[in-house]
Amino acid sequence: MTTELKVGLRSPELSVGTATAMKAVFVRDLKTALRQPQDLLNPLLFFVMVVTLFPLGVSPEVSFLQQAGSGILWVAALLSVLLSLDHLYRHDFDDGTLEQLVLQPQPLFLLVLAKSLAHWVLTGLPLVLLAPVLGIMVHLQGNSVAVLCLTLLIGTPVLSLIGSIGAALTLGLRSAGVLLSLLIIPLYIPVLIFGTGTVMAASEGAPVGGQLALMGAFLVLALTLAPFASAAALRISLSNS
Amino acid sequence: MWQIFHKLGSPKWFFGIASTLMPWLLWIGVALLAVGIGWGLAFAPQDYLQGNSYRIIFIHVPSAFLAQSVYMMMAVAGLVTLVWRMKLADVFVKAVAPVGAALTFLALFTGAVWGKPTWGTWWIWDARLTSMLILLFLYFGVMALGAAISDEKSSARAVAVLVLVGVVNIPIIKYSVEWWNTLHQPATFKLTEKPSMPAEMWMPLLLSLLGLYLIFGWLACLRMQTEILMREGRTRWVKELVQARGN
Amino acid sequence: MAFDSFGAFIVMEGHGPYVWTCYFVFFLLMGVLAWWSLRQRRAVIARHHRQIGSTPIRNNSPAGASFTRIEPSHD
Repeated sequence: MTTELKVGLRSPELSVGTATAMKAVFVRDLKTALRQPQDLLNPLLFFVMVVTLFPLGVSPEVSFLQQAGSGILWVAALLSVLLSLDHLYRHDFDDGTLEQLVLQPQPLFLLVLAKSLAHWVLTGLPLVLLAPVLGIMVHLQGNSVAVLCLTLLIGTPVLSLIGSIGAALTLGLRSAGVLLSLLIIPLYIPVLIFGTGTVMAASEGAPVGGQLALMGAFLVLALTLAPFASAAALRISLSNS
Repeated sequence: MWQIFHKLGSPKWFFGIASTLMPWLLWIGVALLAVGIGWGLAFAPQDYLQGNSYRIIFIHVPSAFLAQSVYMMMAVAGLVTLVWRMKLADVFVKAVAPVGAALTFLALFTGAVWGKPTWGTWWIWDARLTSMLILLFLYFGVMALGAAISDEKSSARAVAVLVLVGVVNIPIIKYSVEWWNTLHQPATFKLTEKPSMPAEMWMPLLLSLLGLYLIFGWLACLRMQTEILMREGRTRWVKELVQARGN
Repeated sequence: MAFDSFGAFIVMEGHGPYVWTCYFVFFLLMGVLAWWSLRQRRAVIARHHRQIGSTPIRNNSPAGASFTRIEPSHD
């Protein structure tokens, strides 16, 4: 399988700039994923199905769904992202591209950032786009749906970024999927709390600017710190295998 | 100066120090804990709001405090592992994680049982208790990841990364306490403010806390010794020590 | 004393079961942890002892040749 990654060799004259390398990684991940669309559809279907389980399993009554709707959607989105984290690094790990990536002269944490953002575009962003439909299905009010989408928009990149740390730590381990969930879910909980809390505040009419700003702060924190942790974890995992 | 660091990194040196320290840590710790708990149970006055159930505080607060402190210590040790590659730091983390988890569980259990006579429910999903539960999950994650990686060095570094990532989470969780209405009591001890409890209540609490800290120190030394023996089994000093101890 | 009698101490005006359950579980768990950790250390020492192959020195081993038993690794 040929890689379309155009990055330089180790000699400085031939190496490309960091921004170009990041863009190359980003575009490559998108292209590779789009070649196998079923990988993209599965998390979305999972999202819809999990949301469907709640009216079926608990109660389809409007009052219940209105109250629980934001939480149901957020939990389902969280689980979908969790499910999709496996192929963030797995494919590249299996065909050796990941080792090449780690050897590049460009800073690894920036390349990891590019990969995480590509993952979000492929997983989180579709969830955000699908959320209004599901929001209507759980009888959320218009205002709440808008805030929900906003919280998902800010929150799902955080999920991808934090998730990439877990994916890197469990790379190549036996039963990596379950272990990944065990490691990452505690780290997801603050995002979940504030995501749903914001929507609930909005449904009661309270102002949400502060909470959204706080979620924005989470995003900035994740953007700046998570790639370093992921890069470190990648190096450890690769040295182990 | 580097000699000190070199010594600090030596498992053999630590093993010896631990053996010397352990009796003191254990007996002074047990004494302090016993005095603190005995005083608190039998002699401290009743709380005018909660009656006698508040007496659980003398083990709840030390457990909770230690549970969080131990995680912080693990984070520092993780940093030492990643930056200075000191083996002893990872020995500490591996030895101490189950203890931290046990303390977190105790904090949760005593907190929950305390909640029943106080607020009428066995459990309440407020930020404080919930963040303790998340801390328990963090501990389990550390233990699981450490067990899943067979190579000692990789395991040490991966666990260190995980602990550091988790430690960033902890202030975020604490911040949650201010954002949410909570039935749970506000923190009894702030280092810069005077405690709101009368002296007859916070003094036994302080003694219990110190006692539990020392007992933790004893446990940590003990478990680190075990871990060192497991890792360094092929060295001469371990062989000599094992033979000297007989059976 | 905050209590009039030992009976009152145990009952704690109805809060007794809660308080004593907590203390019981606390000491139980800490005790188990301590005991288990001590046992682990003893087990590691014993395992190393067997691997080195020295016979127990104390009472009942006859003076004579001993053979070194090599433990196959189980992990």
